[in-house]
This record gives sequence, C-alpha cells and structure tokens, in this order.
Amino acid sequence: MELVKEALNGSERAIAQLITMVENELPGWMEAMKQVYPHTGNAYLIGFTGPTGSGKSTLVDRVALALHNQNYSIGIIAIDPSSPFTGGALLGDRVRMREVTDKEGVFIRSLGTRGGLGGISQATSDVIKILDASGKDCILIETIGIGQDEVEVVQIVDTSIVVSVPGLGDDIQTLKAGIMEIGDIFVVNKSDREGADHVVTMISAMLDLNPLTTVWRQPIVKTIATENQGIDELIEQIMLHRKHLTENDLLNAKRKERIGREITKLLEQKISQYVHDRIKGMHPFEDLIEQINNRENDPYSSVDILLNLLEEK
Amino acid sequence: MTEKKIRAMVAKPGLDGHDRGAKVISRALRDSGMEVIYTGLRQTPEQIVSAAIQEDIDVLLLSILSGAHDHLFSAIMQGLKEKKMDKVLVIGGGVIPQEDIPNLKKAGVSEIFGPGTSTETIITYVKEHLPS
Repeated sequence: MELVKEALNGSERAIAQLITMVENELPGWMEAMKQVYPHTGNAYLIGFTGPTGSGKSTLVDRVALALHNQNYSIGIIAIDPSSPFTGGALLGDRVRMREVTDKEGVFIRSLGTRGGLGGISQATSDVIKILDASGKDCILIETIGIGQDEVEVVQIVDTSIVVSVPGLGDDIQTLKAGIMEIGDIFVVNKSDREGADHVVTMISAMLDLNPLTTVWRQPIVKTIATENQGIDELIEQIMLHRKHLTENDLLNAKRKERIGREITKLLEQKISQYVHDRIKGMHPFEDLIEQINNRENDPYSSVDILLNLLEEK
Repeated sequence: MTEKKIRAMVAKPGLDGHDRGAKVISRALRDSGMEVIYTGLRQTPEQIVSAAIQEDIDVLLLSILSGAHDHLFSAIMQGLKEKKMDKVLVIGGGVIPQEDIPNLKKAGVSEIFGPGTSTETIITYVKEHLPS
C-alpha cells in the first residue's frame, strides 16, 4: 500500500492520513495495519493520566520538548472526550502544547474518545503503532482528564505516569483502588501550590503499604510544568524505569501480555460482529423483545434461545 | 465500518488576544457532531499549516481581529498549497473589511463570515462545501 510506504518513510501527511483511515475503519484499514505491524516495537511508550486540570497537556509539552532537545523524535497522542450525544468533540490539548508544536520531528495527533472507555479511544493502540512504525523514538499518550478507575492506559504503555495536584482530597483517596495503583511514576504538578508536600507524603505513605512484589519503588516527582521545574528529574525517572523494565526482562513480558489482550480483543470484536449480523435478521429477536417486555420471557433465557438458533443454522 | 468523522480546526493566527468568537464557533461545531481541534491564540502560519497536516483536517476556520488578515491568510494558503493540503476548506471570520474579501477569496479562502453571522449559517456552509 502506497500510503503505508510513505508513512513508514516518515511523511507527516501520509502518517496523518493513515491515522484517519484506521481511526474511521475506512476500507482497507486492517490490511494497512498488517503492513504497519512488522515495523513496530521500537518506540518507547509513556502514558500520562490524571484528573482534569492537573496540567497533563503542559507536562507532556515540556517533557516532549526536553526529549526533543536530547534528539529523540516524538509522537504525541492527546485524547479528549467525545460527546455521547452528538459524537462531536472539542480537542483542545494543543492549546497547552505550544513549545513543541513547531519542532522538527514532533508529531501531535488529537483524538476523540469516540465511545472508548478508560480515558483512551479504541483506535489509540493502532495510532501508537503507526507512529512507532514511522520511526518515532518516544510516544507520549495523554488520556482525557480522569477520575478514579480509568486504568486502561496502563495496558497500552510501557511507563505510566499518574499526575496529581494539591488540593484534591485527603489521604483516603490514595488508599482507594484504581488509578493510584497504576502509576510507575507519580507526579505532583503545580507543586508551588499550598499542600504539595502533603500530597507527596500521602502518596509516599500509600506506597509504603504496597506489598514488596517488585524491586521498583515508584518515585514521586514534584513539578511546576509551566515553569519547566522538575522536568529533567521526571525524564531521569522515566529512563530509570525503562532500564528497570529492560534489565529485568519485564518489558518483554509486558509487551507479550499486551499482544495477548490485543488478539483477544480483536477476536471478540469479530465474533460479536459476526453474531450480531446473523442475529439481527432473525425474526425471533423482535418477538423476544416483545415477550420480555410483557414479562412472558426473560433476557437470560432469550440468549440461550438465540444461541441455539445460531447453532442450528 | 463507521462513517468518517468531520475534523475541523479553529485557529487564531496573529497577535490579537480575543478568542471568544473562536470558542463559540468551536463549541457550535462540536455540537453539530464534528471533531474540533482548537489551537489557541497567537499561532504562526507555519504552526497552523503543520497542525492542519498532522490532524488531517477537512475544514480550517481562521478567526482574526487584528487587521493583518491579508498577510496571514495568504501565508497560510500558500503553506497549505505547498504541503498539498489545498483540498482543505478554508473559512475566515472576524473583523475583515468588505473591500478586502475579493483578494482573500482569490488567495483560496472559500468564504468570509463577519460579526453577527449565526453559527447555524457557518455549520450549514461547512457541511455543504466539504471536500469530497
């Protein structure tokens, strides 16, 4: 495919068009991904997640700039929510990404969640692959502003960074399950604000309670992204985490798990599409809805009935 | 297979610092079901062209109040052309004197909407003039 070839050679226009094709599942997208796949696996994937307004976009901007200055080529995927009602989205992360927008070798793509769960979109992992195959050294993924349990990003990146800010709650928040469990690195941004040290102490106390299953003790980095403070230390920690993963052969294990999940997901998608297509045209489907609504039947038995019909076919 | 979503970009070239209008337009486009990339204030033509490429947009809406539209719009149009992005529908808005409009259109800007234009008018225009 010509488009894939051009994208692999680094043409920004081709990369962008390929992303559009895959994100919209336009004809041929899976063929294109098959051709992209052999060229993936070289980029290092870093996820940024945290609440709305915690400064993720600014942080990504400054980290990207620092990495750019160290001669890494960078891909950035910035995700914002799509409306569940209209499907529209306001993708505004570029507003905060001002330092890197015109730097050579930096490619930024904004994505709407389009119904995807966990702060990322369905297509995110394919967009990562396209940027990876096009030769980017590091890919930074910024989730939508999240609350407590949007942890999916951890499954698609190598290093997850959880961004907190002062003033969001007491220490019980750090004890809750969910996003506080997924950080490989914790960042306390806007750390010139009152209460920053307290947040650091709370996260640290939470980490003390973790079972000693790993030799990696998650570092906590204080930053003021708008003033470029703490960025170098954050990058140092990212590199240390990467080293930790590679030296202990954890990176491979992580990536294999990812591949496993990916096959399962694609398989489930195809199976459910197949089943849906066949059930849709079936006469009893409408009847069953009517019966269930009249309480003459129930959804649980109906599934068995439909599956039996599928098998008979 | 899903239908391709329309991607619009709202950009503020140049030095004026007023983006209320750009935000209202962005919101209206969002509510019409489009994905709207908003770039924020004080963008150079190079930044706008580069973002247009990377985001693979269908429509570019430029808002300008500073009076430098002649220079900025033609620089953007030129940049888009050089990067083979001339299929993108480009629309201008803001404070632009009537007598300047023919020149802008000659440079490739599809339409100029002045103050007071309803958001419906703009959305309808965009949907009717989208590149196929």
